[in-house]
Amino acid sequence: MSDNVHVFDAVIVGAGGAGLRAALEASKGCKTAVVSKMYPTRSHTGAAQGGMCAALANVEEDSWEWHAFDTVKGGDFLADQDAVDVMCKDAVESVLELERMGLPFNRTPEGKIDQRRFGGHTRNHGEAAVKRACYAADRTGHMILQTLFQQCNKQGVEFYNEFFVLDLIIQGGVCGGIIAYEIATGEVHTFRAKSVMFATGGYGKMFKITSNAHTLTGDGPGVVYRKGLPLEDMEFFQFHPTGLYRLGILLSEAARGEGGILRNGDGERFMERYAPTIKDLAPRDMVSRAEFFEIKEGRGAGPNKDYVLLDLTGIDPEVVEAKLPDITEFARTYLDVDPLKEPVPTVPTAHYAMGGIPTNVNAEVLHSAHGEVVPGFYSAGECACVSVHGANRLGTNSLLDIVVFGRRGGLNMAEYANNNKLIDVPEDVAKSSEEWLRSITEGESTEPIAAIRKDLQEEMWDKASVSRTDEGLGQALGTLDSLKERYGKARVKDRSKVFNTELVEHMELGFMIDIAEALVISAKARTESRGGHYREDHQMREDEHWLKHTFINKTADGDTRLAYKPVTMGRYEPVERKY
Amino acid sequence: MPEVTLKVLRFNPETDAESHFEEYRIDANPMDRLLDLLHEIKWYQDASLAVRRSCGHGICGSDAVVVNGVNRLACKILVKDLPSEITVEPIRGMPVIRDLVVDMEPFFAGYRAVKPWLITDDEHEPTRERIQSPEERERFDDTTKCILCAACTTSCPIFWSDEEYVGPAAIVNAHRFIFDSRDTGAAERLQILSSSNGAFKCRTAFNCTEACPRGIKVTMAIQEVKQAALYRSV
Repeated sequence: MSDNVHVFDAVIVGAGGAGLRAALEASKGCKTAVVSKMYPTRSHTGAAQGGMCAALANVEEDSWEWHAFDTVKGGDFLADQDAVDVMCKDAVESVLELERMGLPFNRTPEGKIDQRRFGGHTRNHGEAAVKRACYAADRTGHMILQTLFQQCNKQGVEFYNEFFVLDLIIQGGVCGGIIAYEIATGEVHTFRAKSVMFATGGYGKMFKITSNAHTLTGDGPGVVYRKGLPLEDMEFFQFHPTGLYRLGILLSEAARGEGGILRNGDGERFMERYAPTIKDLAPRDMVSRAEFFEIKEGRGAGPNKDYVLLDLTGIDPEVVEAKLPDITEFARTYLDVDPLKEPVPTVPTAHYAMGGIPTNVNAEVLHSAHGEVVPGFYSAGECACVSVHGANRLGTNSLLDIVVFGRRGGLNMAEYANNNKLIDVPEDVAKSSEEWLRSITEGESTEPIAAIRKDLQEEMWDKASVSRTDEGLGQALGTLDSLKERYGKARVKDRSKVFNTELVEHMELGFMIDIAEALVISAKARTESRGGHYREDHQMREDEHWLKHTFINKTADGDTRLAYKPVTMGRYEPVERKY
Repeated sequence: MPEVTLKVLRFNPETDAESHFEEYRIDANPMDRLLDLLHEIKWYQDASLAVRRSCGHGICGSDAVVVNGVNRLACKILVKDLPSEITVEPIRGMPVIRDLVVDMEPFFAGYRAVKPWLITDDEHEPTRERIQSPEERERFDDTTKCILCAACTTSCPIFWSDEEYVGPAAIVNAHRFIFDSRDTGAAERLQILSSSNGAFKCRTAFNCTEACPRGIKVTMAIQEVKQAALYRSV
């Protein structure tokens, strides 16, 4: 067994942008390992398309304060403004640093990093759209992931690929490592470490229509929630307005940044009615909601009037081919539609979790709504909630978030590891994980887990997506109870040790059901509409009662408990969100 | 819905002495991805099928397989473009771990061998970005698209017969830096690629270019690297 115990100073779970950026920093200062359930280059950072915003002012006048204002307003005033300031200030250096690592940004005629427009990003507090997004064609995320992976290889970062996280070691309130399952062998490993980071990405796979990868199942937040630690703002989930019809595959907002227009079934540019100033470039929550209502009120396109149209036919074909090559190919490949010749059927698609594992600006994980931290435990990227995105994330700010807070987390992990001792852990620290594995691989299975997952995805889509009601969320809670019961009886049929992906999918589903519950309970409690959380039965934002973050955790007796944390305000007082 | 027959090459090291085909019948929609069919098998017919996948739309590079003899991403080939009998095998030239899952380590070893990261000789890092004209940026655009799926390398007959050959994907990733105006490591990379396991092993079979799901002109990139190595100029 001792071969399966590893000792490091720092262990990072997840090898997307946040995890790799943290690894680059931590491994300079201490012995670091990255544990990931996939090869690093498979991470979903690679699917991000449009860009990464920073007020470089390479193309137009800009300032980080304007970026901060847009981020706060875009987040419907729920973001913590001190954290937003940190991110928007750090943004400039973060982009330049990626360029110096070799990232092939598109260039201006003078050879500087080029910038383009993106939803919700404006000059001087909302006057007009501003060119702030630094980009590499429509594969900016791909280039960030590749560049960070290249640098990790250069630096000799140690990777444990295809290791699935099962548990977090906490003794006496202090973090001491993780337990992981080696997919290639079926062995359980203990990684002891002074500092641990969860950078496991999102959990959009709980919804039927999503831009997220099959592997985005919320394993990190799932582990944290089961430990009794809180999750923050889980009710805030972003639905991106331009997913490919039926499939949910993302078509970047850059398509609208370059001049694409949304039309309903009557051919009308409907965003003119919802956001007269910036129209199609309004923040995603507003555009998705507009689409939802267009379709609901019978103005959808197609034989079933169940989608809207993204029209790129007005853009110069050369610009489309040069700046939007990937999304053009997605439409051609998966829908058989040529965006140069006809508009593309699109629908809202579950895209991004604003909520997650609560942290402060140092990426330290919070123990409760009072703000004290779990010593040695860090989190960054989509699985974390700093909160810089508030109730709705602006486009491009996710790539910024992973780089800024990945870096800060990595630095702090190394510093913590160099000033603290490895904590003692009991001999049988992996026991509960081993028992979990045994319990799901013994006895007859009642049904395939795919059937349970499908019902989860449909229920979450119907009751907890773009538009929600108290009644629907109540029904969803009932459904989740019955799904939990079915899940408890389902067993893994494949009993092989080597590369048992049915077993991995089973564990992923368990995490997903748990955090779906956290999402629904948080959403049911919040009787207002704000950003990505829209309640048909409470359509207004209620700052007097609800200008606060939701914290949800599981208690020792299996119940859930809600608590609230005030929003950190700053220069910007809440105003009505018009665009 | 047309019925298709999938013949999948299976191998479980715990129970099988050697690999064998298993057949599955599926009602498929013409717009289904091959990955959707593999999921249908795994989720409802035979849970033991092992396949890697993640993004499902040709970006993460997890699910390169051999489909009716040619390398494709399972998430990027549609039923409408395939015959009703579909054969699926693991990519060739690397050890099979189980079913469609192969050991990717030899592939990544070849990748790392060519130093695929920016090399500069700056005494001091610039405080702003390095300047690069749009034309200079365009010069290596094609090879920045690589997703390291290994479809090219494992379609190469030279790679099948010689595991020491770094393979097309490694050369593509070397190309991405050799022709980047900001990089100064061309000489050391070209030296590595001039060795007996380097670019001159290529016999321009063009399998790699046909296999690339990103449409990279792989053979062209290899030829450009060979020329640069011969004339030591980029």
